[in-house]
Amino acid sequence: MIGVELRKLFRRPRTWITIALLNALPVLVAVLLKVTDLAPRPGEGPAFLSAVLTNGTLYPLAALAIVLPLFLPIAVAVVAGDAVAGEAQGGTLRYLLARPAGRTRLLVAKLVAVIAFVLVTVVIVAAVGYVVGTALFEVQSLGATTGISGTSLTPEQVAGRTLLSIGYITVSMLGVAAFALFFSTLTDSPQLATLGALAVLIGSSLLFTLDAASDIAPYLPTRYWLSFVDFFREPILWRNITRGLGLQAVYVVVLLGAAWANFTTKDVTS
Amino acid sequence: MNGTVIATAGLRKAYGAVRAVDGIDLDVRAGDVYGFLGANGSGKTTTVRMLLGLVLPTSGTVEVLGRPIPKAGREVLPRVGALIEGPAAYPHLSASANLSLMDAAGPGGARRGRRQRIAEVLDQVGLGGVGKRQVRGFSLGMRQRLGLAGALLRRPDLLILDEPTNGLDPQGIHEIRTLLLDLNRTGTTVFLSSHLLAEIEQLATRVGVLDRGRMVLQDDLATLTAPTGATVVRTPDPARAVRELGDRVLSADGERLVVRGSEPAEVNAVLVGAGVPVSGLALDRPTLEDVVLAAAAGSGDRVPVGTTVSGAAA
Ligand SMILES: Nc1ncnc2c1ncn2[C@@H]1O[C@H](COP(=O)(O)OP(=O)(O)O)[C@@H](O)[C@H]1O
Ligand SMILES: [Mg+2]
Repeated sequence: MIGVELRKLFRRPRTWITIALLNALPVLVAVLLKVTDLAPRPGEGPAFLSAVLTNGTLYPLAALAIVLPLFLPIAVAVVAGDAVAGEAQGGTLRYLLARPAGRTRLLVAKLVAVIAFVLVTVVIVAAVGYVVGTALFEVQSLGATTGISGTSLTPEQVAGRTLLSIGYITVSMLGVAAFALFFSTLTDSPQLATLGALAVLIGSSLLFTLDAASDIAPYLPTRYWLSFVDFFREPILWRNITRGLGLQAVYVVVLLGAAWANFTTKDVTS
Repeated sequence: MNGTVIATAGLRKAYGAVRAVDGIDLDVRAGDVYGFLGANGSGKTTTVRMLLGLVLPTSGTVEVLGRPIPKAGREVLPRVGALIEGPAAYPHLSASANLSLMDAAGPGGARRGRRQRIAEVLDQVGLGGVGKRQVRGFSLGMRQRLGLAGALLRRPDLLILDEPTNGLDPQGIHEIRTLLLDLNRTGTTVFLSSHLLAEIEQLATRVGVLDRGRMVLQDDLATLTAPTGATVVRTPDPARAVRELGDRVLSADGERLVVRGSEPAEVNAVLVGAGVPVSGLALDRPTLEDVVLAAAAGSGDRVPVGTTVSGAAA
């Protein structure tokens, strides 16, 4: 069943179009930086962007930081919102369940496919970022590279921590994915499920900037998204990273529980 | 295979105030072609969905192939092929890729031999030549055939088909009818819903009639349309025939008389003996339409003024 869902997802043209569009922005930014030579000052603009002119191997991180606030979660919300509601709208849900695929199995397979999509997307953004970054910008082959806040990291350390960041960003997207998947079991309209998840996302980002909401800020799903920059301190600053992982885990468990409870007991009339 | 294939007891489904299915006791036996007849909105699709575990009954029980649904769905449904309220497929994939995904999505669809099975069912439904084409470009009739191919893929013991001839042209309908009768001959039980009386009359051996959620009739077609004990006579001289037969004439309609007496030969002898010409002679049988109209009160989606929704479904 998981294989079936992966085949469906990755044989669908839309999946690859989404991934391609997602890569367009970081590539455009790289080209603009190269042409104008105008990098943002340290501490301004997306993370890592100030450092890429002197070290192209940091561009995967800059690319991830560029897509992280909006493009990536939108893509995740589209794919996860489509998971069940898309099958309902297309009429294939009733045939899958009459096959019988099993409601729990189907939901698990959908979840695995969504996670696979997030991972593949994040890896591709990083890989494209690496290719673009090393092609356009200087690469320091030997000696120390500069991380953020003046921390010195070797190229090996940068590579290792980039991999950690890829993992962390993937996990960070699971909260959005869980919201979208839950909404996807509530409605027969994939657009509605996606919009619901985006509403949560935008609401969360907005509340995060509001002093009046500071009490609930630690529980907002987007709260610790940018904490992957803490991998680039020396030593690694684990506090917010572990909080971010824990928070995502709570959202995923609660929302998937709700999705499961709803989906396994509902009438499929689509 | 012996005995009962589908049995429901007091099966009910209410959507809010609408009683979509209102206490039906289906009894489908092995080897039947069961015709489930009902007007639009009478509850056929809702019943089919409950048989397949898609919709959970408000009350009542469902047994398919001797096991309870939805509880034993994982065990039973691989032996059931279904077409539910029109076909559905992934438009950007080919017909065979669609069948392959469906096959892999449940138990009993081994990868070994899958290609072979897909080729066979595509041939069976007349899509052998377009298996590699994207479903996006298929006509409604082709999609219906593809849906049927999906239902046949695992050589099911039971076919549950909800309005299977929708969207097909007369040629297609004829082909599907032949296919279903062939399958039935080789042991497949067929449960077929339709709002078309003629379709049921041509295919079914057993008939259940649904009227606004209630079963108003369930019996063998042969029993329902059994001779009434009267004889139908056609004569160019009905006036003289009526005079000769007297009060044996039950009804007269132009040249067509219905005469008491279950022996056409005897009626013929009386008339010919008296010199009345006879141009046709047959046992009187009710048509399925007569039986259904007598049993059901009206069209399901007719809601007369002054009736509430629940009243209309009652
Ligand atoms: N999901 C639903 N929500 C509310 N009412 C429904 C739903 N599905 C069907 N109905 C109602 O139930 C009745 C039976 O519908 P259906 O089973 O589709 O009939 P049929 O297949 O015989 O045309 C209709 O009155 C219909 O309006
Ligand atoms: Mg219907």
